[in-house]
Amino acid sequence: MSTLSETTSSTLVGRRLARLASLPSPGQLATRAQQLLLPLVGILLFLGFWHLAAPQVQTSLGAFPGPVAVAEQARALWQEHQDQRARADKFIAMQEERNARILADNPEAEVRIRDYPGAPTFIDQVGTSLLTVLAGFLLATVIAVPLGILVGLNRYFNAAVNPLIQVFKPVSPLAWLPLVTMVVSATYVSDDPMFEKSFLTSMITVTLCSLWPTLINTSVGVGAVSQDLVNVSKVLRLSFWTHVRKVVLPSSVPMIFTGLRVSLGIAWMVLIAAEMLAQNPGLGKFVWDEFQNGSSQSLSRIMVAVLAIGFIGFLLDRGMLVVQRRVAWDR
Amino acid sequence: MSKAHLELTGVQMAFDTPAGPFIALDDLNLKIDKGEFVSLIGHSGCGKSTVLNIVAGLLKATRGGCVLDGHEVNEPGPERAVVFQNHSLMPWLTVYENVELAVQQVFRKRMSKRERKEWILHNLALVHMDHALDKRPGEISGGMAQRVGIARALAMKPSVLLMDEPFGALDALTRAHLQDSLMEIQQELNNTVIMITHDVDEAVLLSDRIIMMTNGPAATVGEDLAIELPRPRDRVTLADDPAYVRYRQAVLSFLYEKQRFPGKEPASEKDDGQQQRTGETRRGLRAIA
Repeated sequence: MSTLSETTSSTLVGRRLARLASLPSPGQLATRAQQLLLPLVGILLFLGFWHLAAPQVQTSLGAFPGPVAVAEQARALWQEHQDQRARADKFIAMQEERNARILADNPEAEVRIRDYPGAPTFIDQVGTSLLTVLAGFLLATVIAVPLGILVGLNRYFNAAVNPLIQVFKPVSPLAWLPLVTMVVSATYVSDDPMFEKSFLTSMITVTLCSLWPTLINTSVGVGAVSQDLVNVSKVLRLSFWTHVRKVVLPSSVPMIFTGLRVSLGIAWMVLIAAEMLAQNPGLGKFVWDEFQNGSSQSLSRIMVAVLAIGFIGFLLDRGMLVVQRRVAWDR
Repeated sequence: MSKAHLELTGVQMAFDTPAGPFIALDDLNLKIDKGEFVSLIGHSGCGKSTVLNIVAGLLKATRGGCVLDGHEVNEPGPERAVVFQNHSLMPWLTVYENVELAVQQVFRKRMSKRERKEWILHNLALVHMDHALDKRPGEISGGMAQRVGIARALAMKPSVLLMDEPFGALDALTRAHLQDSLMEIQQELNNTVIMITHDVDEAVLLSDRIIMMTNGPAATVGEDLAIELPRPRDRVTLADDPAYVRYRQAVLSFLYEKQRFPGKEPASEKDDGQQQRTGETRRGLRAIA
């Protein structure tokens, strides 16, 4: 047994050495260069074009910001966040010190613990947006996947629900928003609310707009389960639940994930719009505030937000891809 | 007369089409004894698969019915395991897990966990697939996947094994190999088997009886030919065995003379390579008669 493992490990080491020793062939080099260099070239060309074109566009707030100005503002926003963090830490420390002193004098005394009252920074807004989008997307998934399975499995249910899906799917988030705001205000009444109302409004709007692709893809995936596999399930007399769990769901996982990725992309786009319109905390509010602020730096700061939104959207999609590779059997 | 193991009586199958009902099968009667290997042969569209699906319980005959061991067949069940043409393994499960799914479902109450594991491995060893337990169907060849499909069906301990063109999608060498395996297994387990095939050699080599079906619509049993060749059978020595050749010619004569392919005139049959044999077949058939 030991000799066996020794030989395997020695061959492994040998192979690895061989790979290190051998230089990549010209063909490999060319593909690697293509994979790395071409995107870089694209980005550099874009930055160059942006740098040259931006000063030509004059607005009432000065020239449109170029890459340098935007990079400066990105640094400034990060610095503001650090400063704010430091102030918050100091505030908390002082508060704890004061409370400890009061308690030392009189153990019965009631101490007050307050959150730091400073305005949320850009990074805080990013965090809020991420949290909201993930909550809304999760809720959409929890609704859309089971509903999609039912629609896909049952012809009659499908016929009944399909027109509703077709009508609600194209509705813009901005149309839902006032309704959602009013309903949340009217129904979510609590002295000690677990969530902010604004959080719920944004989240529900995101859910309403992003559940459709998942719903449609799930139902199509479930409907497309191979008849042979369904027959196997029948011959085995699988119960309804076992059939769904062992045959239908795994079979439609690739389609469901395609839907989930589209849904997450829509969720992220919808959220920014909802936050802008409803003045709910998040990246959208940051953009709107900067727009209203109208300082000479505003456009640069909005551009930072635009790039951040794009980059986060890209990361979210990549994240879903990683999850998909882990869960789906076809990748 | 002893009661048949499996009996189809007066089976009619009509499908609803926009142009009105289409009678695929009409007045089909068939009795099969325990341990018999029966092939169904006929042209495409003659309703062979329909017969198999009725026995499997996947289709319900519009008239007549199917009785297995004294019980009427109303729904699918593991005692009538099916091997489908394109293996029908769950692509997300490994070879082992695919058989496990069946064994779990059928023997959950009757076997301990260890017994089930042994039974799964036993069946995979029977089809010589115990070396690839952790492979997914996408990672093995079509022939290997079909072996696993057969192992899964055998693992249900069916009283009838139904095979719908099990080797149709395989290349000739793999097919021959699997046919030999199937003969061995059937010799050992003495299962009752109903197999659909297009392949005359396959039918003669494997079967105890060949049921030749007339062309649809309203297809039924045309001829019922008992193959009385001693077992074990060897494809090489049988190739020029006079009895084997006679059986083969009888089937060919049925398919290409009595039941010409629907819509094809005799003259146009030259292209499928059977034309030069029809002369011999006629003589062969006279010899049988």
